[in-house]
Amino acid sequence: MFDFEMLFMIGLKVLFALLMIGAVMTMAGYSVLAERKVSAWMQGRVGPNRTVLPLVGYVPFAGKFLKGMGMFQPLADGLKFLFKEEIIPGHVNKFYYNLAPIVALVPALTTMTVLPFGEFFADNGESFPLMLANLEVGILFILAVSSLGVYGIVLAGWSSNSKYPFLGGIRSSAQMISYELAMGLSLLPIFLWVSEPGTGAMGLSLVDIVDSQKQSPWLLLVQPLSALIFLIALFAETNRLPFDMPESETDLVGGFHTEYGGFKFGIFFVAEYAHIVVGSAIFTIVFLGGWHFMPWMSDPWPATWIGSLIGVGWFLAKTIFLIFFFIWIRWTLPRFRYDQVMNLGWTKLLPLALINLIFYVCLVTWLDQPPA
Amino acid sequence: MAKTVVLQRKPLSLSERTYLPQIVTGLKTTFSNMFKGKVTLQYPEEKPNIPKNYRGIPTLVKDPNGREKCVSCQLCEFVCPPKAIRITPGAVPESEDDREHVEKAPQEFEINMLRCIYCGYCQEVCPEEAIYLQDEYSLSGYSRDEMINKKEKLYELGGTLPDQHYKWDKKKNAEDEGNDH
Repeated sequence: MFDFEMLFMIGLKVLFALLMIGAVMTMAGYSVLAERKVSAWMQGRVGPNRTVLPLVGYVPFAGKFLKGMGMFQPLADGLKFLFKEEIIPGHVNKFYYNLAPIVALVPALTTMTVLPFGEFFADNGESFPLMLANLEVGILFILAVSSLGVYGIVLAGWSSNSKYPFLGGIRSSAQMISYELAMGLSLLPIFLWVSEPGTGAMGLSLVDIVDSQKQSPWLLLVQPLSALIFLIALFAETNRLPFDMPESETDLVGGFHTEYGGFKFGIFFVAEYAHIVVGSAIFTIVFLGGWHFMPWMSDPWPATWIGSLIGVGWFLAKTIFLIFFFIWIRWTLPRFRYDQVMNLGWTKLLPLALINLIFYVCLVTWLDQPPA
Repeated sequence: MAKTVVLQRKPLSLSERTYLPQIVTGLKTTFSNMFKGKVTLQYPEEKPNIPKNYRGIPTLVKDPNGREKCVSCQLCEFVCPPKAIRITPGAVPESEDDREHVEKAPQEFEINMLRCIYCGYCQEVCPEEAIYLQDEYSLSGYSRDEMINKKEKLYELGGTLPDQHYKWDKKKNAEDEGNDH
């Protein structure tokens, strides 16, 4: 009657999904802390260093260190968002106002289903990628779903029925559309390169991308221009400085989330950082060799479960460095003006991405022509 | 007349027009800043250095012999622009014979810290150097009554300051030597 095997598999998948959500959300929470700490250090300040759980503060060395690093601050912030009063202003469109944070968070959490983050070595020597769903069109899925995140921002701006959120929503949609093009175009040469005959990878799968960088140069070194365009577009897509047009707290108060408070604001906040985490992971996968050790080198760890753990750790280390890079850029560069953002997107990045694509089309065609 | 020199700006080179080298310079600056010293003062635990002539909360001080300096002349009460000071004058008790020649002392001395503007006129006008604005600046209370500093509180805040003159001791000695005026 019941297919227990099936039920078991479903249960296992649900468990993995929950674990993945937990990991990404934790990383998002701690990137908020990292943002505060790194910005503080860069500005000669100390940053959050007061929050501590009861009793933990009395642990001789570690307690003081954890407190000084503000390790419990994300907990306190989350609790604060939970217990704050949920204010819904009278002038908003209530349905869309409540819907917007969910629409913003869901794409951020959906993209991570197709993210490979390591490989598992079976006893018979085969290796499987560690991921929730091994889609053949992984990168296409990610590009499609992550750009849905803009709807959350547009809905928030529009339903708030107030001028600053509205401006934020408009800017965000314009920005997202402009940089989506450059982003997609910057990824095409990568897949052209990887799908060379003889390399084995023929699709849009993220796992194939990672495996093509095993014992060979990272794609960052092969196609630096594609990586640069992708990185800039990634900054724009995740609404990070210098492209944080939707928020721009200096000219738009808080941008699209001006009218939000309490837990709904918290959801926007987490969604934003989840986008950064996922974006960093994608950049790691596509350009930094994923869980493989170093360019031109084979993985120094054994092909056992220890090796797969180290691989996952190495992948995480790269991702965390990229998150740090995001923060680093934020506290270094000032924001672009809105027209400069549009100008950069349409008149610089898009032609550059097209030229890049054409160049690699020619190059790959020349490399691939059968020997006469 | 000063000669005006119009500087010709050099056209930006290709690398400058991409801004990338400048961004890298900026990144280096912010990164090196991460390891420099911090300027944060952990406030309630660490306090800033208060300069000597700081005008903090007005307090009453005693002389190094532990005697009350104020003679309740009420000059400070008179000069106080926001009328924050109120003095009830009283006599020095007969029992305190080491305070000979001092005729009066405040029976009650109140400074309303809700009115005080920290101008320092009371310190300036005091002929006895009995009232000082010292380095305490943080003051809070739960009620208006708490914000009125009574005599005991004022002496507790003030403590003892070194005295340059010992005015009343000098007067007493002069009289003992028979040359009072």
